[in-house]
Amino acid sequence: MSLLAAERIKLFSTRSPWACGLLAVALPVGFTALLAAQAGDQIDATVANTQITTNLGRAVVLVLAALAVTSEYRFGTIRSTFQAVPNRVTALTAKATVVAAVTAVIGALVGFGCWGVFRAIHAGADLALTGAEDWRPVAGQALVFALTGLLALGVGILVRQTAGAVALLLVYSLLVESLVQLIPKIGDDIQRWLPFFAADRFIGATGDDAANRSDLPLSPWGYLAYFAAISLVVLAAGIATAARRDA
Amino acid sequence: MIEAVGLTKRYGKTLAVDNLSFSVPSGRVTGFLGPNGAGKSTTMRMILGLDTPTGGTALIDGKRYRDLQQPLRTVGALLDAKWVHPNRSARAHLQWLARSNRLPAKRVDEVLEIVGLTSVAGKRAGGFSLGMSQRLGIAAALLGDPQVLLFDEPVNGLDPEGILWIRKFMHRLAEEGRTVFVSSHLLSEMALTAQELVVIGRGKLISQSSTEDFVTQATENTVRVRSPQLAPLRSALGKLGVSIRDEGEALVVSGMDCADIGELAAREGVVLHELSPQRGSLEEAFMQLTGDSVEYHTEIAEPGVPATLTTAGK
Repeated sequence: MSLLAAERIKLFSTRSPWACGLLAVALPVGFTALLAAQAGDQIDATVANTQITTNLGRAVVLVLAALAVTSEYRFGTIRSTFQAVPNRVTALTAKATVVAAVTAVIGALVGFGCWGVFRAIHAGADLALTGAEDWRPVAGQALVFALTGLLALGVGILVRQTAGAVALLLVYSLLVESLVQLIPKIGDDIQRWLPFFAADRFIGATGDDAANRSDLPLSPWGYLAYFAAISLVVLAAGIATAARRDA
Repeated sequence: MIEAVGLTKRYGKTLAVDNLSFSVPSGRVTGFLGPNGAGKSTTMRMILGLDTPTGGTALIDGKRYRDLQQPLRTVGALLDAKWVHPNRSARAHLQWLARSNRLPAKRVDEVLEIVGLTSVAGKRAGGFSLGMSQRLGIAAALLGDPQVLLFDEPVNGLDPEGILWIRKFMHRLAEEGRTVFVSSHLLSEMALTAQELVVIGRGKLISQSSTEDFVTQATENTVRVRSPQLAPLRSALGKLGVSIRDEGEALVVSGMDCADIGELAAREGVVLHELSPQRGSLEEAFMQLTGDSVEYHTEIAEPGVPATLTTAGK
């Protein structure tokens, strides 16, 4: 517990996590408000569709989580960390736990924030959370954001440089995954196994065409498990690398 | 007590630390001396378990660093004063370190008081001067009230007041019975700070001894004699088989002290105008010992001119 407290103090005692956290919530909620107000009937008023802009928040969380470790490499505090806690697996697991908790809270705020603001604007539509299918896309953001945070943390540990890690994560999540689809013949087959595509399928927003396909290999929860597996493997690879190399 | 046994670190083809063995006793300030690039920082990082040695081990009170429970209570270290997040306050920096080793929160205020940073504890560390950063680094090292302390080039870039403060501080820590291991590339500084010296060059051990012994052994002691009657004095000295060097109107005699030369001159009836002991400078001694092991020679470097040694930076 003392290690979790130490990591929590580290994360909250600088400005950038606060700025990222605020942005990660404000961006998608703000865009959802605009979208809901302007779209009229162009977007079906379903619970899943309240989550269309949450990818914006996820992109910011990628930055937040990567920074949580790359800034330690940038300023040398990672050495103080390993000096205080020589067992690096323990030290980095504590950091991962704190990052997951913080990003889960951000995810929940994003999920319920977007749903709430959409519902407030479309007062007439039936957007009540009545069953598991309704709760999943909204409350599920907590899970998706936490796993996104862990994935980015793993990449941050592996890459160590802030610019490199952030560029890699943003370019990949915002561009590469959607460009893969354009590859003739095999594009669709590859895309259905990509991590953020998997995360989107768990949420199930119909903003993109892929969601309407019926030939997907996994169920929403299957896709979440798949996304979780990828995130944890990347994180484990990062921690194992950090434990081996010179700090 | 720190012990290095056959410590070796290889980076590709470069052997940064080469089979280094030494011990650092408690209750003394031990200087870790060597030119820039000699492997001092690498050795300290290996002692702290940050870098894995290619060969050999470093033990602190008989244990490897990574086997220590809550290591800040046993070992405090300041390797680089800039290893602080610039947007984090000094107090927050110490708070997370304290929590990680289950140290009481009030200890943070205590160490801030010890190093004199209480008034700026809430300010962001990025705005600190080098001297303040060094103090913050020392505060971090003292958090766990450790018996073993390591400082890497703690006076680098400090003003004279800061240097004096650190020097006195280290002496106090050693007087309290702690093990204090301080690296430096400046022998003149170490001669004032350290009682014991571990000297390395190019990753190899050159000597380990008390500072006094090192200086005595390393510096050649000579006596300069000036006299209007040099010729008879030279022949009298020549009979005793001491080595004499001519220096214009004076003789430089080695292997004989002032008293003996004075008595000899009196017996011979030679008038002396000057009889003065000459001590080789510490820098010369250091250059002599490590001269071959300086990694990057500058073009203008001459024997006795420590140009390569005073260049700051690591």
